[in-house]
Amino acid sequence: MIDVNALIGSYPFRYVPHPEPGVLVRVMDREGIDIAWVGHLPSAFYRDPAPGNVELVRELAPFGSRLRPVPTIRPDWPRWEHAVRAAREHGAPAIRVYPPQWGVGPGDERMRELALAAGEQGLALVLTVKFEDLRQRHPMDTAGDLTAAAIRDIARAGGAVRLVVAAAGREMIEEVHWGLTPDEQQRVYWDISWIWGPPEDHLAKLLRTIGPERFVFGTQWPLRLTQSPRSNLDLLPDDLRGVSLARGEAICGAASASRVARATRA
Amino acid sequence: MSAARSAQAPLAGSEPLIDAHAHFYHAAAGRADWADVNAARFRAGERIGITYHVASVLGSYGFSSPTYFPSPRDVTVGNDAMLDLCAREPDRVRMFVTVNPNYTDHALSEIERCAARGAIGIKLLASRRADDPLLDPIAAEAAARGMPVLHHIWQHRRREWPSQEISDGADLARLASRHPKATFILAHIGGGGDYMHTFPAIADHPNILPDISGSGVDRGMLDAAVAALGASRLLWGCDLTMETGLAKLRALDAIELTSDERSAIRWRNAARIFPRGAFPRCASLDGANPDARAR
Repeated sequence: MIDVNALIGSYPFRYVPHPEPGVLVRVMDREGIDIAWVGHLPSAFYRDPAPGNVELVRELAPFGSRLRPVPTIRPDWPRWEHAVRAAREHGAPAIRVYPPQWGVGPGDERMRELALAAGEQGLALVLTVKFEDLRQRHPMDTAGDLTAAAIRDIARAGGAVRLVVAAAGREMIEEVHWGLTPDEQQRVYWDISWIWGPPEDHLAKLLRTIGPERFVFGTQWPLRLTQSPRSNLDLLPDDLRGVSLARGEAICGAASASRVARATRA
Repeated sequence: MSAARSAQAPLAGSEPLIDAHAHFYHAAAGRADWADVNAARFRAGERIGITYHVASVLGSYGFSSPTYFPSPRDVTVGNDAMLDLCAREPDRVRMFVTVNPNYTDHALSEIERCAARGAIGIKLLASRRADDPLLDPIAAEAAARGMPVLHHIWQHRRREWPSQEISDGADLARLASRHPKATFILAHIGGGGDYMHTFPAIADHPNILPDISGSGVDRGMLDAAVAALGASRLLWGCDLTMETGLAKLRALDAIELTSDERSAIRWRNAARIFPRGAFPRCASLDGANPDARAR
């Protein structure tokens, strides 16, 4: 099992216990998680995330292939193209972006260019809808949630784009999915960490209507309990018991296949 | 044990488990899938291993009057639906009688009517601030009957929010101070707002027991609750998201509570604060008599 939505490092708006990679690995062992895609939480709030990426790679290095770095790259920061190539060289499966925290709105051409460039390198783009429930946010946490319009816009940037959208709920997922063409829908994967289970059964409804191949396992550790997405899967109705979600390799593989196809056509 | 039987074992183990914060829907709740949602709660409850759902119906859930400001008529219709459900599911459902404190006479008459038919607690929404004097007759009635009051709470009220007259831990603490013989359940520390504000706000009020329900599964929340209040003050519950309820049970295992502390949160605290004899299946399953600890 791959957790595509893990992080290390502190969070500026509340205390988070032990957000270190060594603790993450112990939690993964306990929960039966083989590999985690790991971002650097403080970098979401840095003006320049580059030092955070250096720290991320250094912190994860002792844990080999179990913790795969997911660097943060701003499309409005000079030389971001170099950062994308560096991410690839460090074995990253994806990169993270935080448009609300950076004031990058829907329709921003730079975000589309970054998504395409990442896809060309076989890297998915991890988008985070929210870190915390709207109702508990610090007064200085004014960025707001990532919007469905922003996700649709990036998904439409081109065939090489692969998005992993973390921390979305049912309404946003449905709004985005059914607002895309069938081809565009194939570029978007949804992490299940914030989707409600029973009795509303939002996850079950989404798996039936949109399909399990569009969903991936994610926890949003260290902000949230790793036990939550696992419990959600355990409580699916009988007809969905044991359903297989998409795996991280499938996301990267799809991006790589798209890159090869484009190269062949060229 | 065979593989088939093992697959049916409750995910949260076979020890008694009381969901102190549940809701059911009914035909006048304005949604076509109301019966499916109720069935899903029972399905997940069986899978988790919930012994009792202690539940309320919140009027019409906004269909004919607002969820948090239900009209007296909708309160009565909802309570009737809850009474009917209890009658159909006597082995696994218990009832909070819902009231709107802005209608004092109606609230008190509903408590009397539903308690006579088996309601074991009182549900207050967000129709009036928790420390408002209008809540005093209801709290006094609760104390006299030994019925806990489950009060909807917004953890740390910094401003008004639409559709609710929200209360936080400090508001409830003022009511609890005026009614030391009443027991209050502070709703869903995972249900939105800043729970870290709640813990110190109620720490000195032992007649307030928070339930740990809600969609929020912040890492550190349960550890902080146990550290601030102790396991003897916490109640397990799900509210609207049962997967987070199961996740919290699993997290309680991970934070290395003693077996007594886990039992307290799972069911013993609930058995202690609700009326004597409310949960007979807990006593028979455990071999212990929870009523021995009832007030």
